[in-house]
Amino acid sequence: MAVTRNAEATKAAKKTGPVTAWLTRHASTAVGSLGRLVRQPAASLMTILVIAITLALPASLHLVIKNAEVISGGWEGALDFSLYLKPGTSLKQAQALANIIGKRADIESVRLITADDALREFKAASGFGDALDHLTSNPLPHTLLVRPSSRSTDGSISLLREELGNLPETDVVQIDTEWVQRFHAILDILQRAGVMAAALLGIAVIVIIGNTIRLDIQNRREEIEVTKLIGASNAFIRRPFLYSGLWYGLGGGLLALALVSYGLSALEVPVGRLAGLYGNSYQLISLSLKESASIPAIGMFLGLAGSWTAATRHMRRIEPR
Amino acid sequence: MILFKDVTKRFPGGYEAIRGLDMSVDKGEMVFVTGHSGAGKSTLLRLIACIERPTSGQVIINGQNTSRVGRSRIPAYRRQIGMVFQDHKLLYDRPVFDNVALPLIIAGFGHREAGRRVRAALDQVGLLKKEKQRPETLSTGEQQRVGIARAIVSRPRLLIADEPTGNLDPDLSFEVMRIFRRFNEVGVTVLIASHDLSLIDRLGCRQIPLENGRLQVPKEDTAVDDYIADADTISGPEKWL
Ligand SMILES: Nc1ncnc2c1ncn2[C@@H]1O[C@H](COP(=O)(O)OP(=O)(O)O)[C@@H](O)[C@H]1O
Ligand SMILES: [Mg+2]
Repeated sequence: MAVTRNAEATKAAKKTGPVTAWLTRHASTAVGSLGRLVRQPAASLMTILVIAITLALPASLHLVIKNAEVISGGWEGALDFSLYLKPGTSLKQAQALANIIGKRADIESVRLITADDALREFKAASGFGDALDHLTSNPLPHTLLVRPSSRSTDGSISLLREELGNLPETDVVQIDTEWVQRFHAILDILQRAGVMAAALLGIAVIVIIGNTIRLDIQNRREEIEVTKLIGASNAFIRRPFLYSGLWYGLGGGLLALALVSYGLSALEVPVGRLAGLYGNSYQLISLSLKESASIPAIGMFLGLAGSWTAATRHMRRIEPR
Repeated sequence: MILFKDVTKRFPGGYEAIRGLDMSVDKGEMVFVTGHSGAGKSTLLRLIACIERPTSGQVIINGQNTSRVGRSRIPAYRRQIGMVFQDHKLLYDRPVFDNVALPLIIAGFGHREAGRRVRAALDQVGLLKKEKQRPETLSTGEQQRVGIARAIVSRPRLLIADEPTGNLDPDLSFEVMRIFRRFNEVGVTVLIASHDLSLIDRLGCRQIPLENGRLQVPKEDTAVDDYIADADTISGPEKWL
């Protein structure tokens, strides 16, 4: 009997082609699941919103790190160093030295900050202006700000530093770029933490969707029992729940994308203002097309994973009584 | 079609709902399982549908020993049996048409073929005009007929029904039984559990009377004795293939 029936079904399928029949069946299940979500919009939106927030968090962290990398990448070239001259050095000597050094091929420019300039700047910036007025002599040295030529390598720069440090007028050579390296180390840690956070949040999405599907299964327990009585396989009964999970994931992913884009556009103006303060212009980097597509894709994958685990686990327990 | 060989069903509490039962139903027969409430009628039908498994003995349906039907093959097994329930077990969140179409969708029929068969089944139970209605807008008798249409839509050779007229008044009951009779006339084997003796008498079908899980000792009717003797001589399930 079973054989006859299957043969009949196959015959019926053959008329339209088995692939078409299979596609139609899946399409109608997918649409049915979507319809079910749409019919209870409040609950569905709530779930989708939670998923969206959970997905948007690692996505925004990723964006922050990506932007920070680009910005700090611009600092890599900041290999300037300062030459503090010995206290006894006169202004004339300092100017002469700046001239000589400035002519070297491996140096792009030299700027002299005289002791007076330095004190004025310090007075203005430190707020100790009045107290400093009582000083009888200027304790600050003349300083040369040296910018190596852009063709320099790490090696040539350290040689240059050594050479200039050995000049009789030089007191101390100070490199200003160490903090860039520290910043990179921090970024690296952040990135690793971000990956871990993303993994945890991914699990959270699976749990959220799994739990939603579990409740859905419980609410439809009777229906599942009846369908099993009529001869539906676990796979058949599971299918609409898998599509629900897929839809939740897709909805959450798309909403996450919208949240991130909105956040980005909201930050555009203040970031522009900040860059302006540094005399720069900076255009925030947004998600690439691939990254944008991957958020809903990841959402769908997690949705499928969550609904699969929940459906497989709870489906088996429901047997007709 | 149906063969019970020394079947016992003991429930976890230790209660034996079916005790050493031997019985058989031939292909094309229409038979009633009768007995008081608690006699084991439902359990007998549930053994046939593979909802319960026998504790001992063999239940052989259409040549298949239900004890050997694995979990994963139960759905395919159930699809060859049409089942009607006292409480209809319809899905109330969808219209009549979708309820009746469900077995066909499960079996993988295409939409057009399914639609054709659903209308044929609804026509046979006289509900063609109500295909778009929701089950709760129908009377109990109509709901039961939707259940019957769903049971026969995939043209099973065996139809089992557990007290299908339990909630119906006599006229509706007789109407429902006539529908079963019509399917039986076109070759479907029908097994109905019922305690509505006057109705069964009117239909004049063979009875399998149960009492405490056993065949009731017949008073004057010897047909059942003959039947048991018959079943005893069967050597194997081959005859039922
Ligand atoms: N799942 C079960 N667990 C324990 N006892 C049961 C179970 N199902 C049925 N029974 C018992 O088996 C007996 C037969 O039940 P049933 O087959 O439903 O009788 P009927 O349908 O003839 O009224 C009853 O005494 C009932 O209490
Ligand atoms: Mg019963």
